[in-house]
Amino acid sequence: MALYSEKVMDHFRNPRNVGVIEDANAIGEVGNAKCGDIMKMYLKIEDDIVEDVKFETFGCGSAIASSSMATELIKGKPLSEAMNLTNKAVTEALDGLPAYKLHCSVLAEEAIQSALEDYYTKYPEKRPADFAFKPTEDPHEIGEAEEE
Amino acid sequence: MKIYADNAATTKMSRTAIDAMIPYMEEIYGNPSSLYEIGQRAKEALEEARTEVAAAINAEPREIYFTSGGSEADNQALRSAAEIGKRKGIKHIISTAFEHHAILHTLNRLEKEGFEITLLPVHEDGLVVPQELEAAIREDTCLVTIMTANNEIGTIQPIAEIGAICKKHGVLFHTDAVQAVGHLPTDVKASQIDMLSASAHKFHGPKGTGFLYVRRGVPLTNLIEGGAQEKGKRAGTENIPGIMSMTAALKEAVAGIEKNSAHQAALRDRLIAGLKEIPHSALNGDAVKRLPGNVNFCFEGIEGESLLLLLDDKGISASSGSACTSGSLDPSHVLLAIGRVHDVAHGSLRLSLGEEITEEEVDYIIQSVREVVEYLRSFSPVWRDLVNGKTPFLLP
Repeated sequence: MALYSEKVMDHFRNPRNVGVIEDANAIGEVGNAKCGDIMKMYLKIEDDIVEDVKFETFGCGSAIASSSMATELIKGKPLSEAMNLTNKAVTEALDGLPAYKLHCSVLAEEAIQSALEDYYTKYPEKRPADFAFKPTEDPHEIGEAEEE
Repeated sequence: MKIYADNAATTKMSRTAIDAMIPYMEEIYGNPSSLYEIGQRAKEALEEARTEVAAAINAEPREIYFTSGGSEADNQALRSAAEIGKRKGIKHIISTAFEHHAILHTLNRLEKEGFEITLLPVHEDGLVVPQELEAAIREDTCLVTIMTANNEIGTIQPIAEIGAICKKHGVLFHTDAVQAVGHLPTDVKASQIDMLSASAHKFHGPKGTGFLYVRRGVPLTNLIEGGAQEKGKRAGTENIPGIMSMTAALKEAVAGIEKNSAHQAALRDRLIAGLKEIPHSALNGDAVKRLPGNVNFCFEGIEGESLLLLLDDKGISASSGSACTSGSLDPSHVLLAIGRVHDVAHGSLRLSLGEEITEEEVDYIIQSVREVVEYLRSFSPVWRDLVNGKTPFLLP
């Protein structure tokens, strides 16, 4: 069996929405180079819609594929949907990830959350009462727990 | 183009090695412990193999114990030395920070059992300094275990000097020579080695077969209890097909060392020179005192697993010390031991060339690595920060 699903390899080999949005109004970054993965998301939000989204990722195959898939799942969608995108949805859309790589999908979810946090910090009047971004302390532990 | 550049992980079996195995599965399949003819013929073959393996490292046949591979040999060597130490009441062991896990994890276990472990630094060049070893030896040191050549960065230790120091102080000396045997001239007498581990699949032999050399007079402790095989020191019916195949592979490898290493080293240096052209990259380990087929680089701003997957797409099989490829959170302990920081160690690439490597293949590897590194950097936020001066470059 291959390490990754066909879907993961497709998004890894041909990542969608790669790059930078120069006039992004929401930018999020999660992870750290010490752990081996960093994701950065650039969103252009207009009228509560994610008009455009791009990403930059330093990381393994599943980190790149998770970022790519996450951008596809929120592009053109209302903010409420982007806000509720879960790592589970990213993983499912990729036809699964190995247990020890699940933290990559968590990073993708949190990169979007982190961008939204940036947006609501800039536009506090738009912040929904129930939105607060709290990054997982160590997303790597998620995969570890699943494996046990 | 298909290029297998992961020979430090394992090698393709040679035709000679495959052919040597067949008769012992089809025809001379007897148990060497049986008294009838096909048993006794197997026994004779086993003892001839022992003689030939011994000759390849300048040992005596009775000093060779066949094992299931390098890890078993390492475990048995360390356990045996620990047992000798325990009996004498000396429980200090010296090793290095970048040994194979078969050594390091056994040492961890021994530490829990009351042994004291000193891990020598291997410095930026990946080499042990003999004077530092000598300074670390104490009255209660029962063993020095230092690998001949490192499996990740290929650096070759001053084994004869280390052997002389150990001899002078009366301390047992074991070396994990898994990466060296069949690739570097190995002489246990000249280097004053007391114990040495080797594995067949690193020199075009079969997996699951190896040997432990133990100098006469050093008592072994059993890991596996049972029958009287291997002078009662390693129970279990001998893996005759594997042993015959390993022996044939070893003879062939040793005969070819001079020719192969000259060819490989020239192409290794061409590969190193080509990869050095990639900005903000660095060779890991000493450039000269290294295995003829080993190239190991770090590239700043990228992660190793994605590099490997894209090289695989281009037909190149390689490996990396990144955390993602190890399934753990930390990058390679070897790269950390030579002082690479986490951020850089994640972007490592090991290419271990085979004897058949060609100039054309090396040039293809250089071109492919260059393309893939450039591509991954094009959307790496780490690279962007480096280029924009937000964080300082760690590699020149």
